[in-house]
Amino acid sequence: MSAKSPEARQQRDEPREPWWFTGDRPDPAERMLLLEITTRIVFPTVLVFSVYLLLTGHYRPGGGFSGGLVAGLAFVLHYISGGQRTVGAIARVRPPVLVALGLSVAVLTALAPLLAGAPVLSSTALAADLPVLGHVKVVTSLFLDLGVYLLIVGVVLDLLRTLGAGIERDARAAGERS
Amino acid sequence: MLALVAAHLLVAALLPAVAARSHRAAFVAGAALPGAALLWGLAQAPAALRGGVVQTVAWAPDLDLALTFRLDALSLAMLVLVSGIGALALIYSAWYFEPGSAAATRSSALLLAFAGAMLGLVLADDLLTLYIWWELTSIASFLLVGQSGERRDERRAAVQALLVTVFGGLAMLLGFVLLGEAAGTYRISELLADPPRGPMVGVALVCVLAGAFTKSAQLPFHPWLPAAMVAPTPISAYLHAAAMVKAGVYLVARLSPAFADLALWWVPVVVAGLATMLLGGWRALQETDLKRLLAFGTVSQLGLLMVLFGSGSRTAALAGMAMLLAHGLFKAPLFLAVGIIDHQAGSRDLRELSGVGRAQPWLAATSALAAASMAGLPPLLGFVGKEATFEAFVAQGRWLVALGLLAGTVLTVAYSARFLWGAFASKPDRPRTWTTPAQPGLSVPTALPALAGLALGLAYPLVDSLAQRYASGYPGKDYHLALWHGPGLPLTFSATALLLGLAMHWARDPVSALHRRLRTGLDAQRGYEWVVAGVERFAVVVTGRLQAGSLPGYLGIILATLVLVPGTAVVLGAPMPDDQPLYQHPMQLPLGLVVLVAALTLIRARRRFTAVLLVGLVGYGIGGLFVVHGAPDLALALFLVETLSLIVFVLVLRRLPARFTRFDSARPLQARKALVAVAGGALVAFSAVVFSGARTAAPAASEELLRRAPGQASTTNVVNAILVDFRALDTIGEISVLLIAAAGVASLTLATRFDRRQREHVESGAGAPEHEKEVLG
Repeated sequence: MSAKSPEARQQRDEPREPWWFTGDRPDPAERMLLLEITTRIVFPTVLVFSVYLLLTGHYRPGGGFSGGLVAGLAFVLHYISGGQRTVGAIARVRPPVLVALGLSVAVLTALAPLLAGAPVLSSTALAADLPVLGHVKVVTSLFLDLGVYLLIVGVVLDLLRTLGAGIERDARAAGERS
Repeated sequence: MLALVAAHLLVAALLPAVAARSHRAAFVAGAALPGAALLWGLAQAPAALRGGVVQTVAWAPDLDLALTFRLDALSLAMLVLVSGIGALALIYSAWYFEPGSAAATRSSALLLAFAGAMLGLVLADDLLTLYIWWELTSIASFLLVGQSGERRDERRAAVQALLVTVFGGLAMLLGFVLLGEAAGTYRISELLADPPRGPMVGVALVCVLAGAFTKSAQLPFHPWLPAAMVAPTPISAYLHAAAMVKAGVYLVARLSPAFADLALWWVPVVVAGLATMLLGGWRALQETDLKRLLAFGTVSQLGLLMVLFGSGSRTAALAGMAMLLAHGLFKAPLFLAVGIIDHQAGSRDLRELSGVGRAQPWLAATSALAAASMAGLPPLLGFVGKEATFEAFVAQGRWLVALGLLAGTVLTVAYSARFLWGAFASKPDRPRTWTTPAQPGLSVPTALPALAGLALGLAYPLVDSLAQRYASGYPGKDYHLALWHGPGLPLTFSATALLLGLAMHWARDPVSALHRRLRTGLDAQRGYEWVVAGVERFAVVVTGRLQAGSLPGYLGIILATLVLVPGTAVVLGAPMPDDQPLYQHPMQLPLGLVVLVAALTLIRARRRFTAVLLVGLVGYGIGGLFVVHGAPDLALALFLVETLSLIVFVLVLRRLPARFTRFDSARPLQARKALVAVAGGALVAFSAVVFSGARTAAPAASEELLRRAPGQASTTNVVNAILVDFRALDTIGEISVLLIAAAGVASLTLATRFDRRQREHVESGAGAPEHEKEVLG
């Protein structure tokens, strides 16, 4: 991360982060230039695709589970090319919090119909005409899918943290080459 | 009534916040609720005695579950004890506990919550509702006995109380279900109006009695009650004398009108009750701790109550009601008096106390009043009950029971005298115990129930009208509770018991010697410990056998079970479809070939990495088959999962040896593994063919889902509609499992790390602060 002093005003086109991952790879020989640059380019696209999968799941193949896995794989790519620290720099939220948030969203979606006097887990379609987007129709079960999405992303990040970085640190501590 | 019970629990949840400022305010505020419940109960008394006050709140109508409450004569008597003694115990606690102590905060909330649960228990008119309150009181008792759990004896007593009462409670639940199914209703009032009969009912009643006996500390389950005396005294007075231990008696009293004519019901109750009464009284004579003396006295009295309510005659029921009230009103003040002595003198050992009576005459007088009621002296309520007790069995000519009760009463008189002597007498060979007078906050709640025992003894028609209403459900001749029935056998029995009891106290040294000589190896407490240790040993043996730690072993057991149980059924029962095409789509051939080759190569793989890649290849191949069959959702999910698990495998592989360990295991073992594996695979393949042939028409469920998806779930992707709408509850369950799995992985991998590396700082990884920080992220 580039240290910004308050005096140095950020220019509009100045990158906020260096192009290189400043990950925790101790050995420069372990770094893979091509993979790092590719990840840099592909990562946002994959994330957008995962959100697309989440939203389109209602009508075409996709859904919260697939979308969450795709987003999780984007982070996996990041981990492979840059190590745990770069993943931590992008996903600031702690993985267990994300997992719990996902389950909370799903459960609250399940309970919300009670407020309207409907049975638990019932769903309804909400439609509205928005200024730019035009006619938008949202089915409330999308929020359940959103919960699944968040939870899956959290689980993948947690796996990277435990089985990825945790094992790596173990190996280094034991004096093995990771 | 539900509002009243719920208010107890809600206020209990708020009390810790109040107790943080002033624990005294918390206890007094807590006492307001049982006080209100008592006033409400007394105001409803006329209606309750006429026909009962009923309230039903639907809980889960689809399951036919309702919270049903009913206030009648028996409930009213219990309510007086539960709420009346509860309010007094809470006020007493305000002055008993150390200001600002953690025990005060905890006890204030728990005592009130217990009062609420107990109120729910005595008002419940539904077997399942009753069961819920029943277990809640067990849990409250566990927490109140265990307190902070810092002391070993507290923990042991709490666990014993919980294990014994919950064991009985679960048996009781089984009995309730059998009873409810046999009767076709779980409403107690309907059950009593039309009692079911049959062999199933017999089993049910035995199970119900197990619950009642454990809760009310009947032989051989009684040791938990004296052990629970490690709890602070107001808790012992309320839970373990006046209220909770009466729950078992209450249950017997509640069901007896319907079942007392069955020998399966009254014989165990009367036998266990009599034995408990005699044993409890005998053990009380040798205790030197005043609280344990009273606890064995309670055990003995609970036995008496069991006999009275279980024997099924009208007079016995009347006596039971009188004794139920009397016992609560004399046992609670005796406990509270011991609490005062303990609090002011710092000891409750009758070998150390001396001259307390001279220092605290009012306390001594109160206790004497209560003990006199316990011994059955006129004009107290205990005497009214004793007269009716003897009358009930003498008039029926059940001499064996009557003489047993007489012996029990002799013991009761003896330990009453022993209590008074031990607590208050000046013993010539002991220095005087230095005490200060108790504050009114302690002594008034102690005196009130003892005085109530006197008042109700004098106002016996009041008790009589309450008891008559309850006893009207029993057959038998007319009898009225009264102080004077004229000379007769019951009065002779009472006088004999008094004289013999006092003589026994006078000859206490020879009695103690006899006690020591009669001690046998048969000890219920040792039996309990033996059973618990046996269960633990059994669990260790079973776990050791089943969880051997061999993955091939586990897999082998699973596959063998699969082949033997459902496999046999498939092979024997299902017809083989005759028209099997070789393939439905040309793409199936190359894909199937890939899967087969990958699977066969996998067996020969020597490197772990190769094996993981081949497993992934099998997965991708199957995903391809899904695409061919027109299941894009499934294929997408499978491809993603395969990719992720491949990567996770590789992450883990970094710490494993590159090659599989080569076992030069014996050929027979390898052959056996191969046999199980081939049999499992062949069965799955065979069943796939058989199952595909079993479907003759389009499945109705799928048709229905396809039909409903656009309208009900507003979707065109039926797979997604199933996941997030039709079967959304399953989805929530599955993601909950994922959460648990993620937490488990985090705990396990990070725990081993600290176990291994930081031994100089941390002994065990799981509890270390670093570990906690890491697991939480």
